[in-house]
Amino acid sequence: MPAVKSIRVIGHRAISAVWRIGMATRFFFLILLYSGNSFRRFHLTVKELFSTGVMSLLIIVVAGLFVGMVLGLQGYETLKRYGSEAALGSMVALSLVRELGPVLAALLFASRAGSAMTAEIGLMKATEQIAAMEMMAVNPVARIVAPRFWAGVISMPLLAALFSAIGVFGGYFVGVVQIGVDEGSFWSQMQSAVDFREDILNGVIKSFVFGMAVTVIALFEGYDAPPTAEGVSGATTRTVVESSLAILMLDFILTAMMFGGK
Amino acid sequence: MERTTLDLWVGMFVVAGIAALVMLAMKVGNLSTYNVSESYEVHAYFTNIGGLKPKASIKSAGVLVGRVTEITLDTERYEAKVVMSLDKRYQFPKDTFANILTAGLLGEQYIGLMPGGDEEMLQNGEQLKKTQSAVVLEDLIGKFLYSRAEEPAK
Amino acid sequence: MVEIRDLNFAYDKRPVLQGINMTFPKGKLIAIMGLSGCGKTTLLRHIGGALKPTSGHIKVDGQILHDLDQDGLYAMRRKMGMLFQFGALFTDMSVYDNVAFQMREHTDLPEELIHDLVMMKLNAVGLRGTHDLMPSELSGGMARRVALARTVALDPMLVMYDEPFAGLDPISLTVVGDLIRQLNDALGATSVIVTHDIQESLKIVDYVYFMANGVIEAEGTPDEIRASGKEFVHQFVHGEMDGPVPFHYPGGDYRQDLSLGN
Repeated sequence: MPAVKSIRVIGHRAISAVWRIGMATRFFFLILLYSGNSFRRFHLTVKELFSTGVMSLLIIVVAGLFVGMVLGLQGYETLKRYGSEAALGSMVALSLVRELGPVLAALLFASRAGSAMTAEIGLMKATEQIAAMEMMAVNPVARIVAPRFWAGVISMPLLAALFSAIGVFGGYFVGVVQIGVDEGSFWSQMQSAVDFREDILNGVIKSFVFGMAVTVIALFEGYDAPPTAEGVSGATTRTVVESSLAILMLDFILTAMMFGGK
Repeated sequence: MERTTLDLWVGMFVVAGIAALVMLAMKVGNLSTYNVSESYEVHAYFTNIGGLKPKASIKSAGVLVGRVTEITLDTERYEAKVVMSLDKRYQFPKDTFANILTAGLLGEQYIGLMPGGDEEMLQNGEQLKKTQSAVVLEDLIGKFLYSRAEEPAK
Repeated sequence: MVEIRDLNFAYDKRPVLQGINMTFPKGKLIAIMGLSGCGKTTLLRHIGGALKPTSGHIKVDGQILHDLDQDGLYAMRRKMGMLFQFGALFTDMSVYDNVAFQMREHTDLPEELIHDLVMMKLNAVGLRGTHDLMPSELSGGMARRVALARTVALDPMLVMYDEPFAGLDPISLTVVGDLIRQLNDALGATSVIVTHDIQESLKIVDYVYFMANGVIEAEGTPDEIRASGKEFVHQFVHGEMDGPVPFHYPGGDYRQDLSLGN
């Protein structure tokens, strides 16, 4: 009976999806439990900050600049129709600080640093490095997973802030320097529209949550990957897909909690 | 990679990130002009607030002096009660006039304060007695048509 | 030193080990041999405490392994060393840091002392000159010797070798074999080698266990094994193609598979 069979397949998928979410949550608490090492021996975290944060700098800066420039151009074209070009600064800054900065930086981070994390952990597992570490009485979650987690959580808000700041500069460059919007009103409209607590702090909170989500997904997928070439490549793909979806869903939930219903 | 070079790069990254945050807070946001601790609250009643919202700005002579913190309906008077938080640096006389104004034709609504001539200054928790409600476009059009209809035909 | 009594283990009801009894006296070098997939590596993982037996027990140094909690197991593993099949060197650390890994994780020794110890260990395997190379820059045989130096870094009392001869050229093979014997005698440790390289291991070990399909098929000293009249041992020692271990995997009728029948 094909109908029964396909329902069974759906059931199987659903059960394994729930099971994986449960395992990932358990993994998350395990990371928190074994986080002491990441701070007591902070150089472990610093080493990972280099490979997650510093290595993502270039792509974040370049993407931020171009997104800001596009926002400046498009925003000017739209605002011109209503004769309110002066609001360009506040439009560029608000869209970057509230949404585009945290979300785009996190998406780039997921595909740049998250996939690398999954591949690295997956390969360590495939070449028995994790088993070897365990046989040397060193907890691999404490020694290699937790420092990567904290490096991701620390670098994500910083990267998002850099993205937004560079983006504002890109918008300024196109709007003020190229098109010739009044510089004073660009900055002053921006300052009166952007609230520190409401907009900037909420953006930081968002990127902090995204950083956690992306690194937990990336590390879990790597740690859970079958120790084969296909296993690791599949896990890397899943990291990018799952963390992108998680970022967008979390963004909706957080936005609704922060700005919605008022 | 050498430990010291690595530390240097990570240090530069963290400093750049924090600098970006500070730049966002100071240059893009209003942290430099917005001081929470140094403010006092006053309230006023309006018969109609139009599209005024919490966090709307309060201006006097075009200068931002505070923000609307709360808007409620007072069920004894059936008027809107608007609570405002004003910057401590700016003191206003007791008979200050509060208007709900609109920035541009379709812009955001804000409260404009017109200082009166009283010697005494407003204290924390006091009420602004003289208010003027928002101009509601439909009422305006209605009034205009009504007055045109009353005019004798020429 | 190690006592295995009536050990049974099953993966999802499929029995992998059945009624294993072994004794490894202190100071001896013991080989566990058998065909690929006969449960040798599973047995080794039991001795390392990575798997729990379905029934029976393993005593190491007088303690039953599966009764130990996480801390107890980690304390036990500090007295063990394990060489993985392809070395499992940490690919993100230099040779020096690989050998120093356990000293840094488990001791508070000053860095100068660690330096001397690492150099001594590397000297013992003849690779003192490679200390600042990365594992990817080593040949297979050299990587295996570095992994050997790392395995004995903290002078373990029980050393396990998982296929130490796999994929080595004849010279490296002899070198690794001699090193295993020398290190065992120098440390006064007990060593277990899981292997299917019969000629090399018969040269160096004190006692041999033969395993097939999860049970012990034969045991004895190398001389006894060489002289053994058992068909299985004879086929294995002399590398004959057909015998108790058939060349053909059980399958259907050959003529039918070639669609010649009927």
